[in-house]
This record gives sequence, C-alpha cells and structure tokens, in this order.
Amino acid sequence: MTTAPAKAGWRFRQPSVIPGFGLTLGFSLAYLTLIILIPLSGLVWRSAALGWTDFWAIAVDRRTLNALKISFGTAFLAAAINVVFGTIVAWVLVRYRFPGRRIADAMVDLPFALPTAVAGIALTTLYAPNGWIGQLLMPLGIKVAYTPLGIVIALVFIGLPFVVRTVQPIMEELDREVEEAAATLGANRFQIITRVLFPGLAPAIVTGFSLAFARGVGEYGSVIFIAGNLPFKSEIAPLLIVIRLEEYNYEAATAIAAIMLALSFVMLLVVNLVQTWSRKRYG
Amino acid sequence: MADPEIKSYGPHHESQSAAVTESRPVRWVAMGIALAFLAVFLLLPLIVVFHEALTKGIGAYTEALTSPDTRSAIRLTLLVAAISVPLNVIFGISAAWAIAKFEFKGKAFLTTLIDLPFSVSPVISGLVYVLLFGAQGLLGAWLKAHGIVILFAVPGIVLATIFVTFPFVARELIPLMQEQGNGDEEAALSLGANGWQAFWYVTLPNVKWGLLYGVLLCNARAMGEFGAVSVVSGHIRGLTNTMPLHVEILYNEYNAVGAFAVASLLAGLALVTLVLKTLLEMRYGAEIAATRGH
Repeated sequence: MTTAPAKAGWRFRQPSVIPGFGLTLGFSLAYLTLIILIPLSGLVWRSAALGWTDFWAIAVDRRTLNALKISFGTAFLAAAINVVFGTIVAWVLVRYRFPGRRIADAMVDLPFALPTAVAGIALTTLYAPNGWIGQLLMPLGIKVAYTPLGIVIALVFIGLPFVVRTVQPIMEELDREVEEAAATLGANRFQIITRVLFPGLAPAIVTGFSLAFARGVGEYGSVIFIAGNLPFKSEIAPLLIVIRLEEYNYEAATAIAAIMLALSFVMLLVVNLVQTWSRKRYG
Repeated sequence: MADPEIKSYGPHHESQSAAVTESRPVRWVAMGIALAFLAVFLLLPLIVVFHEALTKGIGAYTEALTSPDTRSAIRLTLLVAAISVPLNVIFGISAAWAIAKFEFKGKAFLTTLIDLPFSVSPVISGLVYVLLFGAQGLLGAWLKAHGIVILFAVPGIVLATIFVTFPFVARELIPLMQEQGNGDEEAALSLGANGWQAFWYVTLPNVKWGLLYGVLLCNARAMGEFGAVSVVSGHIRGLTNTMPLHVEILYNEYNAVGAFAVASLLAGLALVTLVLKTLLEMRYGAEIAATRGH
C-alpha cells in the first residue's frame, strides 16, 4: 500500500481493499529486473558498444548471413508443414470420436515435455542412414540426417503443439449452427470448410504459425544433433553464437544474438497485432 | 500471447448430421493422416529412446545409469530444479497477485514482459549471463576480485534455468486469478482476516490445481533445459553437467547406450509430466484453464 495517488485525476492504481500491492508488485518487478531485464539490457548495451561499422561487418559476414538464412528458412518451412498437419490433427481430435483419441490428444504435448536434447538424439537415430526411417528413405535417395532437411524434421517436432494447441480451442468453439445454415442453403461440405469454417480459424492458424516459427528460429538442442552443423550448409544461428562464444569472440556472438532478438521482437509484435485484430473481428 | 499449453474441452457433439461432417472416406483419410503424422513424429522418437537404451540388455542399462558421472548429473539436475522452481513459484504467485487483484498503469506491458523469455532463444538466455558474469563481462572483474564464481558453476546454471522457466507459473496463475475475481478475498477481509490469512485460506485453495499445473510444466522444462544451460555450464564432468548435457557428452563419445539410458530417464519424466497434466485437465479442467472459451 505504498503508492498514493500522485495528483488528482491521475492514479497509478485504482483503490482496493485488498492488501499487498506494494509488496507483490515490488518483489515481482525486482525479480523481473534482476533475472531478465538487466541481463537482456547487458546484451543490448554490449552490441551498441560495438559501434555501427563493426556490427554491420558481423551482420553481413557470409557465415552469419547463411546461418540466419538457414535458421529462418528451416523454421518457416517447418511452421508451414505444421500448419497443414497440425490443423488436420486438431480437426481430427476435435471433431472425430475414435478409440485412443485422448492418448493421441495428450501425446501432442510431448514436444513441450520432452527435453530437446533427448528429442535431438532420438530423431537423429531414427533418420540416420541405418535408422528405422532413414533406411526407408535411403533407397529413394533422400538424406535427412546431417542435412538441412534434418533441421526441418526437428523443428516440425518442436513446433507441432504450438499449432495444434492454438487452433484446437477455436475449433471447439465453432458454432455448429452456422455450418448447418450453410448446408441448408445448399453449400457442399468443401464450400463450408473453405468459405465458412476457414475464415474463422485463419487468425488462430496464423498465430500458431508465428509461435511455431518463433520457437523454431531459436531452437538449439534438438537441431544440433541432426543438422550435421556444416558451416554455410546446415549451421543454425544459435549454434553460430555458441561457436563464436567458444572462440571468445564475444562481439560476434553478441551481434548475432542482437539480430535474432530484434527479429523475434518483430515476430512477437506481429503475433500480438494478429491477436488483437482477430479478437476485434471475431470477438 | 495465446496459450498453446492450455486446452479446453468443449461440449461433445455426438450426434452429427451428414450435412455438418465429412463423408466417411474423407473422415478415414483425415484420421489416417493425423494419426500417421503423430505416430511418425511423436511416438517413434519416444519408442526409439527406450529401444536404444535397452538394446544391449538391462545390465548395460543399469550400469550406464549407476556410473558416478551419471549419478552426479542426476543430482545436479535435481538440485537446479529444487532451487529454480520454488523461486519461480514465489515470483509467479507474487506477480499474479499484483496483476490479477489490482488495476494499475502499465499492467499490460508488465504481462508482456513476463512472457519475454519464451521468445528468446535458449542460447541467448545463456549468453546474456556470460556477457554479465564472464571474464570479459560487465561484472567479471569485480566478481573475480571478490572470489565469487557464477559462470561455469551451479549459480550460473540455476540463473539460466530460472530465465528459461520464468513465465510458466505466472502465466498459468494470472488468467486464473483474474477470472476468479476479488470477491472471495474481500469477503474474508471483511470478516476480519488479514492479508496473509486471505491468501493462505482463500486464494491458495482456489488456485491450487492451476498452481500445480504451472509447477509441473516449469519443472519439466527446468530439468530438461539444454541450450541455455549448455552455454553457462562449462561442461565439467561430474561437476557442472546436468542430465541433458550428460546425454550430449555420452552421445558425442559414441556411447549410445549410456546416452539413451540417461535420455530414457528424461523421457520417463516427460511421460509422467504428460500423464499428470492430462489427469489434472480431466479432473480439474475448469479450475485450471481460465482462458478457455465459454
């Protein structure tokens, strides 16, 4: 109860009979500042101290550019795959009744719960040339492990729950009567799905895509095992940060991190804008 | 941000007229695609972990798990989770109390800041502490002069773990407490309870299942974190190796049985987490998922 109104008409907070505002807000802000804000601003400060020329030199370094391109490219592709299959999975889980549905539903959260390093070595073993899936793909001339395709596979695993868990609740709320009305008016099932259902789901799908994409860009643990980590070919940006750190090249590590952070912020902003827009439009 | 971890159970529509569902072949194809996708991408990796761990028999498996390095990795992982999870619980409750019980300026901004660690790459979460506490870091010289070791030691690992698990409890409790409103606490206060009593006897029982849900997810991530911890740990065997880092070391040494044996413990933890999570959702769905639709 420490914050009194500063001046008439402007209050920092609305009055309340509930105690503990000063204590809880004070502690939360102190903890947030110490754990998150000071370390993050340290990163910003260090990259600002680099100066524009040095920063730019690191940013347009061929290896940096390639790593960023690989990270963002594979994350985009994986998120796109997840949008297609994640939406089908969500639809099947929401609309169809079949034995084992609850188990399948619970399984969707596995990538949230399974440590990324475990996922990494498991996927690598599966897709290696002598692995269960790898040996099936080998005769077709498809190499997954130790190629950029392996990165995509790992990011599909990591990103799937983001799409399913964003789209699923919206699907559950879809109004059946609208579909029935469309059917009564002569629309066939395909038209109902594309013209009636899809527009309502689109914002959730976009949000799910952005969340999976953002997570994929920063992902490290599950990727480094399967990627092969060849510079210019299958080296992701987070790995390049680690490599620069191990070379004691703090400047380069900081600059790459700052670029990734800036791009993530832009994505976070887009997600929030899409959500605000969809809430306004679809309530 | 949308909460992908919260799921809801709407009313089931058992009676479906032909007009509002797909034809039978389309349903079978969709179901086939979805289940095949889940089997290949989720089930197979899980099975392969246990298969590889046990491929040389149960003896090799237990031997791998009882080696001194593995045991110290397990101990360190438990220690790190035992420090970082309670701290994030205290923060989560405190932040949820301030945000859900009061109206103040900048609340939306604060809520966004709490979610910030989720949009930062784990590697960057570790890097920020290296820049702060490392030999070339802002505080590096001062720490060295005072003989304080943070980086490449347990404090650094704990800090990085707190960073990546920071939002879990808070983001679970904030919407839940917002939905429950202040009525119960106001009643308790008007009956003569003090603030602590209102919290212990009214608020905490109201949010206990949501809190447990948040703790469950926070703990799973704390024990499984790899990227952030990898950057700050220094990978000293027997000293600063957590279980996920130990998995990496064993794997890179071509000790597949050892790597997958430790991995199987972590996969077991993930399965227990999923089972408990599903049970909580089935039993106390309404008391957990405050953000679900009406």
